Amino acid sequence: MASPQDVAALRQQLGLDKPIYVQYFIYMSNLFTFNLGVSARTRSPVLTEVLSRFPYTLSLALGGTILAVILGIPLGVFAASRKNTFFDTLISSFSIAGISMPIYWLGLILIMIFAVSLHILPAGGTGSPANYILPTVTIALYLMAFVVKITKASVIDTMEKNYVITARSKGLSERVVLYKHILRNALIPVITIVGLQFGALLGGAVIVENVFAWPGLGRLIVDSIESRDYPMVQGSIFIFALFYALVNLAVDVIYTVVDPRVNLK
Amino acid sequence: MISTIKEVLRYKMVLVCVLLLSAFIAMGLFANFIAPYNPLATNLSQSCQPPSLSHPFGTDELGRDILSRVIYGARLTLSIAFAATAVGAAVGIIGGVFSGFYGGAVDMVIQRLTDVLLALPGFLLAIMFIAIMGNNLTTVIVSVALAMIPSFIRMARGLTLQVKELEYVSAAKQLGVRNMKVMTRHIIPNISPTLIAQVTLNLGTAILFISGLGFLGIGIPPPQPEWGTMLGTGSAYIFYAPHIIIFPGLAVFLVVFSFNRIGDRIGEVIAVK
Repeated sequence: MASPQDVAALRQQLGLDKPIYVQYFIYMSNLFTFNLGVSARTRSPVLTEVLSRFPYTLSLALGGTILAVILGIPLGVFAASRKNTFFDTLISSFSIAGISMPIYWLGLILIMIFAVSLHILPAGGTGSPANYILPTVTIALYLMAFVVKITKASVIDTMEKNYVITARSKGLSERVVLYKHILRNALIPVITIVGLQFGALLGGAVIVENVFAWPGLGRLIVDSIESRDYPMVQGSIFIFALFYALVNLAVDVIYTVVDPRVNLK
Repeated sequence: MISTIKEVLRYKMVLVCVLLLSAFIAMGLFANFIAPYNPLATNLSQSCQPPSLSHPFGTDELGRDILSRVIYGARLTLSIAFAATAVGAAVGIIGGVFSGFYGGAVDMVIQRLTDVLLALPGFLLAIMFIAIMGNNLTTVIVSVALAMIPSFIRMARGLTLQVKELEYVSAAKQLGVRNMKVMTRHIIPNISPTLIAQVTLNLGTAILFISGLGFLGIGIPPPQPEWGTMLGTGSAYIFYAPHIIIFPGLAVFLVVFSFNRIGDRIGEVIAVK
């Protein structure tokens, strides 16, 4: 047992003897210089640890998003152009199943197929490029379900617009109509959804990192909660929130590129 | 009302989802009559048994019957999801309607509070709340409710702004009906169809959140048979007893899928009207 003197000394050292509002002020003023405090468990600076973990989360989130967009948009357009056919039903059912699929279960099933049964991919950890495949695909499949659903709905909606009918009736080729008139307009809601879902994707990344023993921020948060390392939890959540805000800003900027009608001023 | 329900159920898939959900709810309600074993009774000599006649879903790492745990899990997971959605929807709808109806300072304060909740993605908000408050039944319910409040506030506010300009609302105001009564009698009933679709979709999300927290080991603590918690502890045995993770995950998937499909369909029917 720690003696009362030791407890008092530690409280003073950690600044816990000061009133809450003073502690809050100290934390906030430190935040402006990116001083996130020290880990309660290892005594090392939180920022160093968080920054060493962040690239792992970033690569997973970016890789998953890129894969989801590259595969999801063509699938959505394909389903829309073959509306009410077998392919449309197949793609749409896949999409709604993907939205309802718990992401940890998806990850575990992929491990079961590719690591346990087929022995062709590692079940977790890092080290080789092969380690990236399963976690990235898990994230991508999850996001792709949303991308397909929104792309399809948006393309179908745009197809009925007057300017598309005009473009067709003045004899433009189907290719030009699809790329110049339909896709460019239909992509705007898709960007919104990818941006909005990016938050859900960060939540999903926390889970995926724990499924695949991936040393990112999400795993750091869960480990730190278990060891009651509050400065580390606070620091990781802060970096997540910062990243989330930056992505939302990026989405707003991308709008102006895709849709010249949107003006940020 | 009845014609709307008929319209919602027109598709076979939606009907199947309703039946499936009813089956899960019945399973939860009558768990103590249906479950063949005690969901908490361990039997180490029977651990990690694959599915068999005496244990149709097999047994887990402590020899507990997985079928019984999935059945009791329906009770636990569904009741937490209903509780969390009820709290989240109630707070969000009241906040959103107030915000839209009164405007001005009330609107400002409520919207800035919503911005605070929106600073973090929902699931991370729930994780943060659990990190501070610890994990037990109450904190799991509150954390999941907290995560869904912003979307309800935004939606209820937007709908209120539309409805409040309609003639019957102005008429009620001109006649001197008190604000409270205008909101409860004229506004909320007229925005409720859209909110019902939102509630249904949120029930699915709530289950994903609850089981996600459970999977991470920060949800409903073991030995309670929560589906996500079962998957989290079972995932360690994936190499030699993969059956442990099949059935709880399938249960989560089927229930979430049903809520999503029904919610989408309600949304479609309302949009046509």
